[in-house]
Amino acid sequence: MLAGRATARLVRRLRLGGGTSLPGLVAQRLDAQSARKLAAALPQGVVLATGTNGKTTATRLLSGIARQAGWRTVHNRAGANLVGGVAAALVEAAGVDGHLSGDLGIFEVDEAVYPHVQDLVQPRVVAFTNLFRDQLDRYGEVDIVRSIWRDAVSRLDPATTLVLNADDPLVASLAQARAAGPVLFYGLDAGEAVATAAPQTSDARRCPLCGDPLQHERVHYGHVGHYRCTSCAFARPAPDVRATALWPRYDGGQVMRLETPAGTADVAVPLPGMYNAYNALAAAAAALALRIGLAEVRAGLAAGAQVFGRGERVAIAGRELLLALIKNPVGCTEVLRTLTQDGGQHVVLVIINDRLADGTDVSWLWDAEFELLAERVTCTLVAGTRAEDMAVRLKYAGVPVERIVCEPQLDRALATALGAARPGQCVRVLPTYTALLEFRELLARAGALHHFWED
Amino acid sequence: MRLVIGHLYADLMSVYGDRGNVIALAQRCAWRGIAAEVRPIGIGEAVDLRAFDVLVFGGGQDQDQLTVCDDLQAVKGAALRDAVADGLVMLAVCGGYQLLGYYFRLGSGEVLPGLGIIDAYTVAGRRRLIGNAVVRCPWAGSPAPTLVGFENHSGQTFLHSARPLGAVVLGSGNNGRDGGEGAVQLNVFGTYLHGPLLPKNPWFADHLLTLALRRRYGADAALPPLDDALEQRAHEAVRRRALRLGRQLTGVR
Repeated sequence: MLAGRATARLVRRLRLGGGTSLPGLVAQRLDAQSARKLAAALPQGVVLATGTNGKTTATRLLSGIARQAGWRTVHNRAGANLVGGVAAALVEAAGVDGHLSGDLGIFEVDEAVYPHVQDLVQPRVVAFTNLFRDQLDRYGEVDIVRSIWRDAVSRLDPATTLVLNADDPLVASLAQARAAGPVLFYGLDAGEAVATAAPQTSDARRCPLCGDPLQHERVHYGHVGHYRCTSCAFARPAPDVRATALWPRYDGGQVMRLETPAGTADVAVPLPGMYNAYNALAAAAAALALRIGLAEVRAGLAAGAQVFGRGERVAIAGRELLLALIKNPVGCTEVLRTLTQDGGQHVVLVIINDRLADGTDVSWLWDAEFELLAERVTCTLVAGTRAEDMAVRLKYAGVPVERIVCEPQLDRALATALGAARPGQCVRVLPTYTALLEFRELLARAGALHHFWED
Repeated sequence: MRLVIGHLYADLMSVYGDRGNVIALAQRCAWRGIAAEVRPIGIGEAVDLRAFDVLVFGGGQDQDQLTVCDDLQAVKGAALRDAVADGLVMLAVCGGYQLLGYYFRLGSGEVLPGLGIIDAYTVAGRRRLIGNAVVRCPWAGSPAPTLVGFENHSGQTFLHSARPLGAVVLGSGNNGRDGGEGAVQLNVFGTYLHGPLLPKNPWFADHLLTLALRRRYGADAALPPLDDALEQRAHEAVRRRALRLGRQLTGVR
């Protein structure tokens, strides 16, 4: 334990990054049982959240709600979501005597390693957000991830509450894998549907149970919406926790009417976009599964702290930066849709890296709807290890070539973007995962930001 | 002039951004004032292939590939064979490429029948071949132009009389053994390269369009040149980065 904590300090002193995974790996090696013991010692137990998109935001929102309930949370908040990251958070929260200073563990977990973490910590609540194609070079096909999840769910302890997105057929159908135990569905009965059929790039055209075509009555984004199987009985389950109205707010946030078994409330969520309405619903459902009251849910969501890089705003050089992580086609398309909603003309900086944590295959850029930017930009900077790929994507999406500036060097790209923006204008920054870390380092060096592990 | 681009199984067979190939063909026509119409062709549709100039056939998930295999055998096979014999231009990537050979023998021993349009067959390999790939194409000119892309496949394809699309400079190619990548038979081009392939290899996109134009409008038909500075820069950047990093094997084994 001591060695783990010392490693975190050492890594940080040596400026090797946030040091959010290494201490856990060290502690795991010292004592393979340490994470298991620490997790079991948390009086309110452990919540796990997994899924392609939204797990960081949903866990952060849930953490805010738990604090309203007076609970101290242990949280792998820096997006270190492999087994080592979860263990690291537990070790960090333990004092030198191994005594935990926390009531509830809230961990976001990588889709592929989820079963290992589930077996390690014996969760009280698990939440699945959604499943889309993501880093096919690393995870393989959507079908493979879903079958890994199904096996894990079939092993869940009957005392664990399973929280599922009713509107994602690939997630909602996990309920069928469960032998016994409570299931809580959340879903959206409000907001504008973008279509009545799932798009060409949908990952759920067929029923996950019988394989026959699925029919969508409403699509909110990707394959998320209201659906039914054209041949078997599988259909979108009636959600227990649902939003029955959504109102956009002047500041880019939104208000939703939340109907739950614990009552109804209008709740402010300071984050934009329908995908964030789903993230708030996931957090609310998980909180209710923990027997936290609706008043705390409401206060916690309203206070919803920004999650780094997910709609985060940074002031610099008389301009504002709005950071929105992009990492897969469906999430990226929703970011682009939200960004272009106001109909204005924007300066956009897209940073594409192809390191291991981003996925070494960047073909997904062609499944995201960059066409949404075609008429909406005065200047687009592209940077990162795959800047040139991104430039070509924008050209074929219909962005005029003279509005595409290819500048692989991040510091120069930022300077050019700031120069292209008017004083007070908001520059939209769309980085992949490692690009986001590098970009925040750059901002921290420029004094515009603190380091992310201080969050 | 006008070209019709068919996107075979656009809904099922486009997992790795392969629809970028369709976007590239359509845009490169539009920028030259050639009217390009894109038509998706789905399961169960028996279309008149004489109306089409180029077909694009991408890769899919295993389950979807089974559905497509059935449809090719039951609905589209004979018409596709006739159209290809008549010179139809076709680009088939990964799963689509595999289904144009004689068969794909799966790891379970089960054999998926193909169309036999490309004189080749595919067997499941023990590990997935994943990573950046660079291929030289001596048949396309001197010095030989290169193709850059990203491959991700477990099937290993072996050619009989079909000639390879190119020689592997980096990557595994058809099977990780004989140094060949892809296949060419008549005007049909099969490849394992995603990326997607055509936007970063504009010479090859134009090769397909030229073949299609000549078939429809006679041997004199030619494509006006385009400013490909961005595309060339991307091609070069990817080629250099791939060769510098070497092969990164990642992902699901």
